[in-house]
Amino acid sequence: MHPAPSVIIFTTFSGLGFGLLFFLGLGQPPVTGFVAFVFYAIAYALAVGGLLASTFHLGHPERAWKAFSQWKSSWLSREGVCAVAALIIMGLYALGAVFLQSHWTLLGWVGAILSLATVFTTSMIYTQLKTIPRWNMNLTPAMFLSFSLAGGALLSGAETLAPWLLAIAGAIQLAYWAKGDQALASSGTNLGTATGLGDRGTVRAFEPPHTGTNYLLREFVHVVGRKHAQKLRVISFVLAFVLPLLLILTPVAGVAIKHVFALLAVLSHLTGVVVSRWLFFAQAEHVVGLYYGKR
Amino acid sequence: MTQLPQSTERKMGLVIDLDTCVGCHACVISCKGWNTENYGAPLSDQDAYGANPSGTFLNRVHSYEVQPEQGHAQLIHFPKSCLHCEDAPCVTVCPTGASYKRVEDGIVLVNESDCIGCGLCAWSCPYGARELDQAEGVMKKCTLCVDRIYNENLPEVDRVPSCVRTCPAGARHFGDLGDPDSDVSKLVADRGGMDLMPEMGTKPVNKYLPPRPKDQVEEQIDILAPLLAPVAEESKGFLGWLDKALDKIPGGAN
Repeated sequence: MHPAPSVIIFTTFSGLGFGLLFFLGLGQPPVTGFVAFVFYAIAYALAVGGLLASTFHLGHPERAWKAFSQWKSSWLSREGVCAVAALIIMGLYALGAVFLQSHWTLLGWVGAILSLATVFTTSMIYTQLKTIPRWNMNLTPAMFLSFSLAGGALLSGAETLAPWLLAIAGAIQLAYWAKGDQALASSGTNLGTATGLGDRGTVRAFEPPHTGTNYLLREFVHVVGRKHAQKLRVISFVLAFVLPLLLILTPVAGVAIKHVFALLAVLSHLTGVVVSRWLFFAQAEHVVGLYYGKR
Repeated sequence: MTQLPQSTERKMGLVIDLDTCVGCHACVISCKGWNTENYGAPLSDQDAYGANPSGTFLNRVHSYEVQPEQGHAQLIHFPKSCLHCEDAPCVTVCPTGASYKRVEDGIVLVNESDCIGCGLCAWSCPYGARELDQAEGVMKKCTLCVDRIYNENLPEVDRVPSCVRTCPAGARHFGDLGDPDSDVSKLVADRGGMDLMPEMGTKPVNKYLPPRPKDQVEEQIDILAPLLAPVAEESKGFLGWLDKALDKIPGGAN
């Protein structure tokens, strides 16, 4: 799949933002006043910024509001509905925390659940696609949710939970890569089933339908950069999980240094997740590539 | 509305005969010609006369080589367009309701004024039947020439999809695949019509007729061949000398 920057930015940043909103909704950290304002500003900048970025790849962004209508069947529509609901509920909760010094617990819980539901619906947009075996796995929503929770814990300063959530997210990432590498082969789809000619012999793409490229090849058959995939996986894993774990587990004296380390951990994690998301798209093989003798 | 209908009154679709298709691409051109100036936005081209041309097509013809374990390879031309699936994943993923499957004839269409161009329907289609038009920013797909097949301004013979009307080999057939007594259904039954990627669970309406088995190519092609066998295995005279002289030049023979 073509790793469009808009979609990588969207899934990374909004995942992190809704992860932070989840913890804020649960009252972690139990901040009020100006400190709460800063926390919510960061969370909303990430979540809303990501959502806005996602509209950049649309052919007609001015019609995006129509996407709220088909929640009965479409995960993309459900994501839009969940995101707006989460942002409204958490906005009300934030008003209470920032201006009235009060935590409306029930509202916070509802907002937290909606925030996590938004991340889940995002992941289901990809998971539902049978055409991309590497995404069509239970591990895809597990990965999106665990990344969001780990990032949210890091950002919200949940010191006891963050190392555990980072470790879980890292383990799921490794499992996702291991299983994903087998996904296309074990899906049973190949040029034989694609053409229906597989039981007659070995099918080979002899001539493409056209001499140039087309939308399908540009969008679905992205092979550039796949050759560095293994190196990028190591870079992504170290930045997203190993380095942040070291940074937050290293005992340091002084609040200032601790905050600097926490900031570095967040930036490292964010960079690692961006690389992981790039791989998520770049390595995903769409079965339509088979018709062109590619994958 | 992007929920799929429980069932459709008819299942209009195409039957494509892989045995007959000669790979001339006439269907590709006639499809583009008809659909760029009729239903919906035109099918744009980018850099059409430049170094890197590309464009929107609703129908494309691939060619495949099939090499059996024994015997000769076979070349099969393979036209591919929307299969108007009964369980069309492109319809249910649409967030705006722009994609829909018609109850009356099962044709899958895009309402272009509702399409936001998110591309998710093209992602969900295993067949590459949908292409996002780069000029209009909306999704284009085969309409089964919905503006021809019911068009009473056209002579009756023309009330079939443009690709079917054009095919010089008679490799494309159009009809109701939901009616077991229709010509296309009989053709599918007779010839063992098949689905593409049945494991995807899309239940395509369009069927493909597999190529018929070819005659065995005998080792001895012509009964006169023995008489045409080379008489002299080793060349003599001037040619013999030339052969040896060329052999001596370094570089080797191929």
